[in-house]
Amino acid sequence: MSACLTKLTLREAVHHLEAGECGSLELVDALLASIAERDPLIRGYLHLDPEQAREEARAADQARAAGRRGRLLGVPIAVKDVLNVRGQPCTCGSRILRGYRAPYDATVIARLRAEGAIFLGRTNMDEFAMGSTTENSAVGPTRNPWNLERVPGGSSGGSAAVVAADEALAALGSDTGGSVRQPAAFCGCTGLKPTYGLLSRYGLVAYASSLDQVGTLTKDVADAALLLTIMAGRDPRDSTSLDVPPTDYTEALIPDLRGIRLGLPKEYFEEAIEAGVKRAIESALEVFCALGAEVREVTLPHTPLAIPTYYLISCAEASTNLARYDGVRYGYRTPDAADVDTLHERTRAEGFGREVKRRIILGTYALSRGYYEAYYGRAQRVRTLIRRDFEAAFHSCDALVAPTTPTAAYRLGERLDDPLQMYLGDIFTVTANLAGIGGLTIPCGFTPEGLPVGLQILAPALGERVLIRVGHAYQSVTEWHRRRPPLAAGGGRP
Amino acid sequence: MEQPQISVEDVARLARLELEPDERVRFQEQLDQILAYFDRIRQVPVDGVEPTAHTQPVYNVFREDEPGPGLSSEEALGNAPQAADGLFIVPRIVETS
Repeated sequence: MSACLTKLTLREAVHHLEAGECGSLELVDALLASIAERDPLIRGYLHLDPEQAREEARAADQARAAGRRGRLLGVPIAVKDVLNVRGQPCTCGSRILRGYRAPYDATVIARLRAEGAIFLGRTNMDEFAMGSTTENSAVGPTRNPWNLERVPGGSSGGSAAVVAADEALAALGSDTGGSVRQPAAFCGCTGLKPTYGLLSRYGLVAYASSLDQVGTLTKDVADAALLLTIMAGRDPRDSTSLDVPPTDYTEALIPDLRGIRLGLPKEYFEEAIEAGVKRAIESALEVFCALGAEVREVTLPHTPLAIPTYYLISCAEASTNLARYDGVRYGYRTPDAADVDTLHERTRAEGFGREVKRRIILGTYALSRGYYEAYYGRAQRVRTLIRRDFEAAFHSCDALVAPTTPTAAYRLGERLDDPLQMYLGDIFTVTANLAGIGGLTIPCGFTPEGLPVGLQILAPALGERVLIRVGHAYQSVTEWHRRRPPLAAGGGRP
Repeated sequence: MEQPQISVEDVARLARLELEPDERVRFQEQLDQILAYFDRIRQVPVDGVEPTAHTQPVYNVFREDEPGPGLSSEEALGNAPQAADGLFIVPRIVETS
């Protein structure tokens, strides 16, 4: 029984709890047992507090017995180490925040908590969400459950890995340039990055504020719709959050695509795409047609400029956001600095890892006198061109479909010493953040090496219902999202 | 168009980052390579194109200036590497005579 509990989707877990088929404590214990068995290999979690989780589960069971209801009452969720959960550590995978404990809940956490959710543990990530492999974590890399010699993707690699390995029912992540969608693709889970501003960023540690958005890693699209429904909406504490009416996104779980026009961005298919990825995407297109969708080619002509535009803007914003880590108010402080300049320079030198330093330097340069207009200013103008590409494409289609990544999961260490190659792998995901639109990735097959392939769906701003409909329709006639790595089957076959 | 040369050492100072000698060499090489690739955005005409700082049509967000609950002084100082008497402690900044 307990081995089966870890395989449940969120919605199935809710049904089990409501029907009295299991208790929250039983569910939490099943997940803790799975973590104890698998996480020594996967290393997806940075921090767990089993006693606290069990106590909250017991309280949820009692509350249910007393008649309390909640859409996630007693349901455990894993959280990327970048979102503040009151009383828990929040280190962003960085030495500079070691020992930090969150004094408050992020708004998305508070909304899930109000529905009875339990926050099971903190998941590993690239330091400050800067990276595409989770190898930039100060604690060490997470492994891909499908192949332990491969990366889980990043930066939300821990969240993707624990969902894929049945060490969590669902997890939260953050997506600045693909950090939810890319690891979801590499690990074979469902990853949703909503429209910029749909979810509050209050309590999400800032990387690049005009691009950051909280996202979900789940076992299917229906779970993503449930979490989105609970978390979405205006927050007075985040002035960039959008004033949208309360929406039940689960109403978009419609299993057919009649009347839906899907666009294939020509430029995305002109990039060098691994053969196994291309084949899986082509098969998925046939499924969409069978579901009644009309597929047509569209063009996003400024795609070749997306990587420089994204990295200049994100690094510029990061260099200002990360100025707050100065060894004074929180986090690591270098010992024995005699003056304030030394305190700042050494604290940051000893507290930040390589990739964070690289991005701070690149961003500081892009903003410095003499280069501001040539780099940052120009990147902001090109961002307008990229945004307009999408607006034009959405005149003739309801959503775009494309690969999430040009390749399946990298080998550990493969790109670590070549930052430019690492950046170029983000070509299909950074554009949604630059345009501020939502994106959803769903598993659509495997490469011949047995690595998962992700298909990405993009919709106009606030077009989450289209994303959910297209993704759910696909999952209603395919089984890829139900596949589990051999590891997660308790040593047996999937 | 000539490629401006990044001086990693100068920029690191602006960013208050002390670099190890080997880091400086490595970053110089990598950032030169990255900026050479990024040069493609300087080749595209952008005259008359408005910059995008924010993607959604949200402007001038105001609210009433009403006090609400916040962190207590103890909570705010709870994560400080060094604190005393309700204050963050830092090395001396002002010289005393």
